[in-house]
Amino acid sequence: MTSLAAGARVATADPGAHLVAKARWRWPEFLLWLFAIALIWLAPSRYLLFNEIAILALLALSIDLVLGFSGIVTLGQGAFYGLGAYTAGLMAKHGIGTFPWSDPLLGLLGAGLVAGFVGFLSSFLVLRGSDLTRLMVTLGVALIVQELGNKLDWITGGADGLQGVMPAPLLGLFDFDIFGRTAYLYSLSVLFVLFLLARALVNSPSGLSLRAIKGNVIRARAIGIPVERRLVVIYTIGAAYAGIAGALLAQTTQFVSLDVLSFEKSADALLIVVFGGVGTLYGALVGSIAFKAMYDVLASATPEYWSFWLGLALVLLVLFARGGIIGLLTALRDRLDRARSARA
Amino acid sequence: MLTILFDGIAYGLLLFILAVGLSITLGLMNFINLAHGAFAMAGGYITVIMVHRFGISFFWSLPAAFIITAVLGAFLERTLYVQLYDKSHLDQVLFSLGLIFMSVAAVDYFMGANQQIVNLPPSLDGRLQFFGASIGYYRLFVIILCSLLTIGLQLVLTKTRFGSRLRASVDDQRVARGLGIDVSRIFALTFAMGSGLAGLGGALGAPFFNIDPTFPLKFMIYFLIVIAVGGTTTITGPFFSALLLGVADVAGKYYVPAIGGFIIYTIMVAVLIFRPQGLFGRVTGR
Repeated sequence: MTSLAAGARVATADPGAHLVAKARWRWPEFLLWLFAIALIWLAPSRYLLFNEIAILALLALSIDLVLGFSGIVTLGQGAFYGLGAYTAGLMAKHGIGTFPWSDPLLGLLGAGLVAGFVGFLSSFLVLRGSDLTRLMVTLGVALIVQELGNKLDWITGGADGLQGVMPAPLLGLFDFDIFGRTAYLYSLSVLFVLFLLARALVNSPSGLSLRAIKGNVIRARAIGIPVERRLVVIYTIGAAYAGIAGALLAQTTQFVSLDVLSFEKSADALLIVVFGGVGTLYGALVGSIAFKAMYDVLASATPEYWSFWLGLALVLLVLFARGGIIGLLTALRDRLDRARSARA
Repeated sequence: MLTILFDGIAYGLLLFILAVGLSITLGLMNFINLAHGAFAMAGGYITVIMVHRFGISFFWSLPAAFIITAVLGAFLERTLYVQLYDKSHLDQVLFSLGLIFMSVAAVDYFMGANQQIVNLPPSLDGRLQFFGASIGYYRLFVIILCSLLTIGLQLVLTKTRFGSRLRASVDDQRVARGLGIDVSRIFALTFAMGSGLAGLGGALGAPFFNIDPTFPLKFMIYFLIVIAVGGTTTITGPFFSALLLGVADVAGKYYVPAIGGFIIYTIMVAVLIFRPQGLFGRVTGR
């Protein structure tokens, strides 16, 4: 209670300083990233798994931007993920350009641009209407893209998947090895850079106005926030992020299957965000680690009934643990703080 | 041509019966229940089990599908759904998605993942020639039954005391509560009815669709379109949007099979561009 009052006092005295303080880096953040880097030496045999986690985390991050910070409930982020995967996959397969124009980083850029462009176009549909309409549009767009991926099989390989994706060495120096060392380092670096950007974005004035929109659209409009423009921008950025995640998948696994476009992929990523904590950015990272761990334990026992456990996890989360892992941790920290201040 | 129109109408009416419960519960409690299709699937499997495992007549399986799914719906509403009415749409979406995944896996476990085919009773098999159109008896049966149900629903909504209470609650829940209407009881009843109708629709549709465990996921988009295009304030809106969707889908798949799957999405996008509040919806602040 006292800390809340103190916070409010600071906020009224100087809102700017209060917001800057809130955006400061804290020690658990450093710890998490150091741990991710340390994994290179700690568990050299599990690079492929870590690579998968990093890619999932980026996809989940894209959903967190759209859902957690802007309140757009989306069921179709998989569309952009898949678009990115196919774009980068095709660019690598047909070997567009020679060094330095064949670099995987340009594949990422291409995937981000394509997914972002489609996201930009569909954002105008998403803007219209209520949550229900948004569900329909995001799901509908995902189904259209999936149907296209299936029908345009002379480009995408259809149900057989896109084979023969051979990305050039990264920066002309690092080849993608079969142990996934380059892959993990590559995905982790991309995740880190994009995470920093997202972190800066949500703490910027534009990001704060998004939170205002999420809180109350009518009031946000009344204080002069250009609601439509902000939502278009964040939806486009979210789509580009998902596209880049897909591109990472295509380049590091050197294969793209129609699965990337499936509804389950979108649902998995949504679950990861909720699992970790909506609107926290770190929820996406922590959630994907927890999700993969859960998958490893449950799906290795009975792979065909994995979706049952997934569903059960969703139901239990909604009923009992709304804040996800990050929410639980924050609640724990607050309780510790209160206990300490009570003793003092 | 006439045949396609006929098939489309049969399909559209079926979609309406499947989705109308969702439309009313959404309008009433502003509750997004994506798992509505799971009730339809339950109805379909009840038919499969009754007809093929126990050899009971198809006609008896229809009321059974209605009653069993209605009871199931009432039970889930009282135990689980009731805890989510005051939560955000995100929570409701996640929760009902969770139910879908669980139902998909559970059905897979008990019934297997392959498609179940329901054989029609001999009295409904066969076709009828009518002004050059070839009309399947079963489709005629579906049209007649669904039309009767629709008329019945409309009468219940407009002529009975329950119907006027329901409409009052949809219009303004707080005022209705203030006037002494027990909104949560009405809601439980409506939810049960809606689930039952979905179950009946699933049973009726089983010979068309050849249901399998992924049914709730496959039909989620159809339900969403029917309701988003038709609006949730009346049942005439969803009725016409279901008919439109049914005819367009059947015609699209018949005339342009290569792109037939995209027709319904085109309709969705077109409606959103020109009438974002839905074809029949009124403009509200909600």
